[in-house]
Amino acid sequence: MTDFAPRYPVTPGIDFTKVPFGQTPSQTVGPYLHIGLPWPDGPDVVPTGTEGSIDITVTVYDGHRTPIADAMIETWQADAAGRFDHPDDPRGRAEPTPARFRGFGRAVADSTGTSTVRTVKPGPLSAEDGSIEAPHIDVGIFARGMLERLVTRIYFPDETERNFSDPVLSGMDPRQREKLIAKATPTGYHLDVVVQDSDPNGDETPFFDL
Amino acid sequence: MLQLPPDFTVIGDKNRPYRDQSGVNAPRDFDEYRTTTLRHPKQPLTLLPQRLTEITGPVLGEGRVTAADADLTLAHGGEAQGQRIIVHGRVLDSDGRAVPNTLIEVWQANAGGRYRHAGDTWPAPLDPHFDGVGRVLTDATGNYRFTTIKPGAYPWGNHTNAWRPAHIHFSLFGQAFTQRLVTQMYFPDDPMFFQDPIFNSVPKEARGRMVSAFDYEATQDNWALGFRFDIVLRGRNATPFEGDDHDD
Repeated sequence: MTDFAPRYPVTPGIDFTKVPFGQTPSQTVGPYLHIGLPWPDGPDVVPTGTEGSIDITVTVYDGHRTPIADAMIETWQADAAGRFDHPDDPRGRAEPTPARFRGFGRAVADSTGTSTVRTVKPGPLSAEDGSIEAPHIDVGIFARGMLERLVTRIYFPDETERNFSDPVLSGMDPRQREKLIAKATPTGYHLDVVVQDSDPNGDETPFFDL
Repeated sequence: MLQLPPDFTVIGDKNRPYRDQSGVNAPRDFDEYRTTTLRHPKQPLTLLPQRLTEITGPVLGEGRVTAADADLTLAHGGEAQGQRIIVHGRVLDSDGRAVPNTLIEVWQANAGGRYRHAGDTWPAPLDPHFDGVGRVLTDATGNYRFTTIKPGAYPWGNHTNAWRPAHIHFSLFGQAFTQRLVTQMYFPDDPMFFQDPIFNSVPKEARGRMVSAFDYEATQDNWALGFRFDIVLRGRNATPFEGDDHDD
């Protein structure tokens, strides 16, 4: 506890009906997100036993390289065929590959700051001008002390050619690009996410502004 | 900006990117909320033009919510203690369009300001009939409604004599990865706003959007007070994503 008390001006009678219409601001999930957010099947992007399933592990570190044990990650990705079972996929809805693929994963960190989702590797995606987006997974990171989630992407180490021409990765400098490419593990892939480094050439993971 | 291959058919305003949130959210490094210090990036964010992965998102709900999930006041065979309240409202995007059939998840402290969480050491009693977790889907016109107990304020370690104003945590998906929102609903005229860095981290103009309105019309005789809380997610960009617009 620090020995100061912030003091802010108060607007009496404040409520949302008395301010101009606009987006609701983001707030931290706080320390007790475990009450409301985890689901028993949250980490299962595909059902247990799905052929070809892999574990994606993500360890989140703070500015002192201390693992963030109260972090939660969410993942969103295309299916193995590179499709989204979603009305805004302009190619039209498609049955997911494999069956019962959900696209979405949600996992809370263990004491080592590591969250694990079970999924399948996404397929490549069509992008502008006939180019191809390399297989990737969008990751949202939530924790106490984050007033807004952080967003990054996971790419795969066995996709050298596609990664090279990927429209997002190819626009980044090589050192930054490397930090988004997961490492192979015996059961899947792993990414270390470093939230903070004051050195521009340091370890901080690239985060995206959407 | 999102560009799609020529063989993609764009219908209506689908596949437009979702508008940014500048000026709405708190700075990621808000000194007076101490935990932000080591948990915010120091390097500039990389602009990611919204592509298929960002304009799509999880469509969840069916099978994940039961009617009982919208009433937090009845748990483990008894009634929760405290002031019963009805919280209702609409989920819209910033273009004013309803967001239908979307999952809302809420969690909160009990009437004494205590969370049912191993990490909560505030010695207010736990309520055997209050778990503090609820889920509800918006209907076809974006409306939602649940019944709960007004949460208590509680102290935390941010600074001397620090108290969180009463609040309910809200989590929403919208229809795209880009629309994901976690926020907190506050109560009008809370006496603790003046000293809370989490509430005040948000730019002044937008703070009021996190404060519910007392709603006498929703109040039920001899049973519960009513509060209304509309939630606004990002909307689509109003400008065309291809053509004469600049491409930065």
